[in-house]
Amino acid sequence: MADTAPAFQKTPVTVLTGYLGAGKTTLLNRILTEDHGKKFAVIVNEFGEAGIDGDLVVGADEEVFEMNNGCICCTVRGDLIRILDGLMKRKGKFDAIIVETTGLADPAPVAQTFFVDQDVGDATKLDAVITVTDAKWLKERLKDAPEAKNQIAFADVIVLNKTDLVTPEELASVEAAIRAINPYAKLHKTERCALPIDQLLDRNAFDLDRILDIEPDFLESGHHHHHSDEVRSMSFTIPGDVDPEKFMPWINDVSQAQGPNILRSKGILAFKGEPRRFVFQGVHMILDGDLQRDWQAGETRESRLVFIGRDLNENELRKGFEACAA
Amino acid sequence: MNTTTAPVSLREHVVPVEAGAHVVGAHWLGSTLALALADGRVLRWTDSVSDQVEAHAGGILCACGDAERLMTGGDDGRVVALTADGGPAELARDEKRRWIDAVTLSPSGSLAWNTGRTVHARDDKGRVTSLDLASTPQGLVFAPKGYRLAIGQMNGVSLWYPATQTKPEFLDWKGSHLDVVWSPDGRFVVSSMQENALHGWRLGEKPSHMRMTGYPAKPRSLSWSHDGLWLASSGADAAIVLPGRRPTGQGAARMRRPPRQGHPRRLPPQGAGPRGRL
Repeated sequence: MADTAPAFQKTPVTVLTGYLGAGKTTLLNRILTEDHGKKFAVIVNEFGEAGIDGDLVVGADEEVFEMNNGCICCTVRGDLIRILDGLMKRKGKFDAIIVETTGLADPAPVAQTFFVDQDVGDATKLDAVITVTDAKWLKERLKDAPEAKNQIAFADVIVLNKTDLVTPEELASVEAAIRAINPYAKLHKTERCALPIDQLLDRNAFDLDRILDIEPDFLESGHHHHHSDEVRSMSFTIPGDVDPEKFMPWINDVSQAQGPNILRSKGILAFKGEPRRFVFQGVHMILDGDLQRDWQAGETRESRLVFIGRDLNENELRKGFEACAA
Repeated sequence: MNTTTAPVSLREHVVPVEAGAHVVGAHWLGSTLALALADGRVLRWTDSVSDQVEAHAGGILCACGDAERLMTGGDDGRVVALTADGGPAELARDEKRRWIDAVTLSPSGSLAWNTGRTVHARDDKGRVTSLDLASTPQGLVFAPKGYRLAIGQMNGVSLWYPATQTKPEFLDWKGSHLDVVWSPDGRFVVSSMQENALHGWRLGEKPSHMRMTGYPAKPRSLSWSHDGLWLASSGADAAIVLPGRRPTGQGAARMRRPPRQGHPRRLPPQGAGPRGRL
């Protein structure tokens, strides 16, 4: 068999989440059966029940454990490390890997596995977290299932499925509920998960070089329901440079003190005296950042942060960030 | 009288063998080298003559052997034995095709392997017993003497007598335990861990802990010296050789840290702080 990917390239991994019955398996089957000429290795939960089979379908038991590194929210998927290690010995048999999680899974341990385990990080790269949601039942689930909320908050791509089962008004309302939690994900409205798979794969959502812009995909309306356990996003902008001597300690403190409540974070920053943009992203307490390309002529040097999380104190975070201004 | 001889380069004795796939395990069956390959084949090489056997329908995930047989576990859910000249013999098959992540042989010819969270042991008379665990085992090793199996898993190592109904003894240590080795004198069990560390236990009434942390990478290859006095480990640029016996003491004594300079890869997070270049 011809090698389908050069040996030096990291194999992209797409994580597929979604609450029970939202249509994950339908989407997975669509990805696998559509005529795209790509080969996938698929890691599924509840082996045998997913209705898919093949050489490169692997059953996984979600074995989450805490790293002994003093970081309480640093949980990873041990089974995923083991399975990816086994799959990567057969590199060249497939172009990409898809990980399907259970309906009740928290996506964070899956994502953190790619940052924490060096062998996994060396051989593969997390491409995106895709969350499938059910237009008819999502609003109910957001009330009673924290997992459903986490999955929306964590997503890079949201497939709002079963739109044929609701009225246009209901659809607008469920979309607003999603956007209140996560205005940054790409959202696709579908029936039976019908959408072109190039909208799902090769997203590079975790690639620092591809975080060009963190403008919301959807402008958040000012309307918020405030109750405990609220998951939502917030963004802060400083119209100019920040002082890295102030910003670095601050962001480290924030991520350590509030890491368990911060689901995802991203930032593009202008450091004083630095011609390049500083870009970072985070999952809970794990931060990954680097100086990237130059600020271009005509581009406004500004510093911007986004947090998606639970029970975050917006005023405190804003004040803390604004104090980092150069 | 001239007693010196010209130095002979080791290279003159090295013959490359082109395997054509990732080599999961290499094992000598007498004078035949058996290479278990990630594409499911076993390549047998005897004095520059080689043949290959399609041992598994998928890929080979693990391999072990004794003087006569190579044992392989595959992602087709099968355990296969192969001699230096015969065809593959299937020893076990999982109907659900679950991966065989670990396989091990005892000096007396007993075999153990896993399918998912279940460990199976087959004694030298062919009787199979099974044990269900809370997580998928990654490391299996028999005691040097007697029919007892050490099982590396999440949050510790189980010591199981497959021939009895006794509940396995559980050596408890939080974290993910990968490979397991047993010292030749049977007194120590050591596991490699996700956090680039070794964890060991001195067995007895109250097993005592030993820790070895600070490896730049996971120490996935471990081997005892024949006298059991030293344990060699991978996980660094140099092989780290540890004294296997230490003065008796209390609690979790920390052995000397290995050298960590010059490793080409970035260190993973050691504390609660952020990783990487921030």
